[in-house]
Amino acid sequence: MHKILKTEVLGPDVYRMVVEAEKIAKKRKAGQFIILRIDEFGERIPLTIAGADPEAGTITLIFQTVGKTTEHLATLKVGDHISDLVGPLGKPTHIENFGTAICVGGGIGIAPLHPITKALKEAGNRIISIIGARSKDLLILEDEMHEVSDELIVCTDDGSYGEKALVTEPLKRILDSGTQVNVCVAIGPPIMMKFVAKTTEPYELQTLVSLNSIMIDGTGMCGGCRVDVGGETRFTCVDGPEFDGHKVDFDLLMKRLDAYKEHERASYERWREEHTEECKLLEEMQKVQQDGN
Amino acid sequence: MAIERLTDARKAELVEQLGELKPKERMQIERHAMPEQEAEQRRNNFNEVPFGYSEETAMLEAARCIQCKKPTCIDGCPVNIDIPAFIKLIAEGNFRGAIRKMKETNMLPAICGRVCPQETQCEEVCVLGKKYKPVAIGRLERFIADWERESGEVDIPEVAPSTGKKVAVVGAGPAGLTVAIDCARFGHKVEVFEALHKPGGVLVYGIPEFRLPKAIVNAEVDVLKRMGVDIHYNYVVGKLESVNELLERFDAVFIGTGAGLPWFMGIPGENLIGVYSANEYRTRSNLMRAFDFPAYDTPTLKGGVVVTVGGGNVAMDSARTALRLGADRSILVYRRSRVEMPARVEEVEHAEHEGVEFHLLTNPIRCMGDEKGRVKQIECIKMELGEPDDSGRRRPVPMPGSEYIMDVNTVVIAIGNGPNPLIPQTTGDIETKKWGNIIADDKCRTTKRGVFAGGDIVLGAATVILAMGAGRDAAKAINEYFETGKWTGEEPEPEPEPNAKA
Repeated sequence: MHKILKTEVLGPDVYRMVVEAEKIAKKRKAGQFIILRIDEFGERIPLTIAGADPEAGTITLIFQTVGKTTEHLATLKVGDHISDLVGPLGKPTHIENFGTAICVGGGIGIAPLHPITKALKEAGNRIISIIGARSKDLLILEDEMHEVSDELIVCTDDGSYGEKALVTEPLKRILDSGTQVNVCVAIGPPIMMKFVAKTTEPYELQTLVSLNSIMIDGTGMCGGCRVDVGGETRFTCVDGPEFDGHKVDFDLLMKRLDAYKEHERASYERWREEHTEECKLLEEMQKVQQDGN
Repeated sequence: MAIERLTDARKAELVEQLGELKPKERMQIERHAMPEQEAEQRRNNFNEVPFGYSEETAMLEAARCIQCKKPTCIDGCPVNIDIPAFIKLIAEGNFRGAIRKMKETNMLPAICGRVCPQETQCEEVCVLGKKYKPVAIGRLERFIADWERESGEVDIPEVAPSTGKKVAVVGAGPAGLTVAIDCARFGHKVEVFEALHKPGGVLVYGIPEFRLPKAIVNAEVDVLKRMGVDIHYNYVVGKLESVNELLERFDAVFIGTGAGLPWFMGIPGENLIGVYSANEYRTRSNLMRAFDFPAYDTPTLKGGVVVTVGGGNVAMDSARTALRLGADRSILVYRRSRVEMPARVEEVEHAEHEGVEFHLLTNPIRCMGDEKGRVKQIECIKMELGEPDDSGRRRPVPMPGSEYIMDVNTVVIAIGNGPNPLIPQTTGDIETKKWGNIIADDKCRTTKRGVFAGGDIVLGAATVILAMGAGRDAAKAINEYFETGKWTGEEPEPEPEPNAKA
């Protein structure tokens, strides 16, 4: 059982949660993830570790409510418990001083991108970060990213904040400007990662992406998280979650992420009908956060 | 379902009658079937298929054993259970005595009685089998274990006084549970580290409820806990703590992480939605209870036409699970013929009775999907048997021009598993074979001092009982290692490092 110590609304449908996980907090490295199961009836879902405090024995999770499990998670309060939390899973990001690194994050993907950017910065890299979201209120961790970047470019799809652009536009501009860039890390929706990889490919810029496949055990046992990387089947949980972005079959990944769409919708609706009180409370929390902005 | 009891009077009568039987008369008693759920009914539920023997049937079946002077059955058992002795006690109506005799060698009889391939082990070599049918040893084993559990008085094995030694067991599957029980009996402190949120390993994620009810696994694990063994769940050794780190806290480490890496065929379309590894298909249904979605959150694809590829127990379990999840048709595709199927005979029969269709001497060559990436069709080719291969079985050879296409909704690949790579990957000095199996000698010793391994991680995908046998051997070897302080017999032992634990 893992006690929830802090909860916070980061943006519309985006939450930050600090959870007791002493051993994981000590062990985890940038790029790794956990799998959690809220209770006996719960499914197992992977979430990236957004941060950790080894001394306090806590880890930070940032998630967006996209279905039943994440919404259920969002309704949990300080003092509540998560039944199962397993990790750290996946291979840590390979961190070294590459020279200059471009870190590209989209939407909720900025959460896993932040610890990697931080680690790259600490290893001595010059960091150019590009973060984007659909609109201003959906943009998270701007200050945190600012802190670990030498240069930070913010863009929104609707132009409500920063540049009105997709993240690929400033990325291409930088690459065209002749700036020497040695590595690119891109984390966000699969469609964003696909186009970042397409943008960097002509420049032969090494591009790492972090995938969020559906998985159950997270130890290589079920194979549900398989992806096609350069024509070979790989398991996101044990071979990843990071892969060479130029080799990932993103179209397959996107299709596989939709495998249970109908089940997920039915499950979500059922939950909302049965938990009207909790849903109302969430809406109020959301409102307070928006008013605060 | 509760075991049907005997009245004291009837029991006494039976004991007397059976005690007077001559060997010839014993042999002429017919082997007793186990009553079971009707195929039509059971294919729609996840309840266990056989109901087990009544006390009377068990005594009558036990009376068939002629108590050979040189019993062959004991050698046929991977853990050498004293089979004639426990059966004799059943025939005498001494069920408590029988279970105690059983547990001298096998601590998990309720599980073994259900999942062991008895027909290729103890029952295959039963002397009666030469002329008649062998004694139903497996069914009697199951009976006696169920009898004890239902009696509400489960013996907790005696634990020797504490030795002060600590053993870490990685993986709470059949191998790990056995090592844990035996090491605890020797008086060592045991902690088990399990990656999943429940104990049992393949017994829980793999073998379905209708073949091995989870309540039985839990009851066996409960005994372990009452012996003072601690089990840590959600604990992935290799990630949360390495084997080397465990060695700083423990005097010995046992690795029983199993064959948890599903093989795929490498055919086109294998990554389409609806193509599962048998591990995933079974884990969703068994561990995560997807059959009860949406009460449980984990979904699984149900209904339609399900094609399972393979001929082992896992394939049978998958094909039968498909029926219970509401498949209109459950088709099993196997590249060899029926006699080469590695599955237990009983499982093949059960599958057939429930309506699983067998496409034998057939192999899939590709899967085809729709624009959403969902599998819609599978193309297969007919095979014929050629010359024997390394396994001694005749090698299947494709017959050109025999290709055919079937419409499908789900495909389950059940062609086997490789060893789970997490520990070898994260512990440099444990040597492995070509396919990643950990190398261990006849005492389960790996190439790293203090580290033992057994079960599928060493053997490759094998059986529950072989894993338990390895667990038993490993516990003995661990005990010997603690007593002698010696790792291998021949070489001079290195002095313990000053900071190493005694």
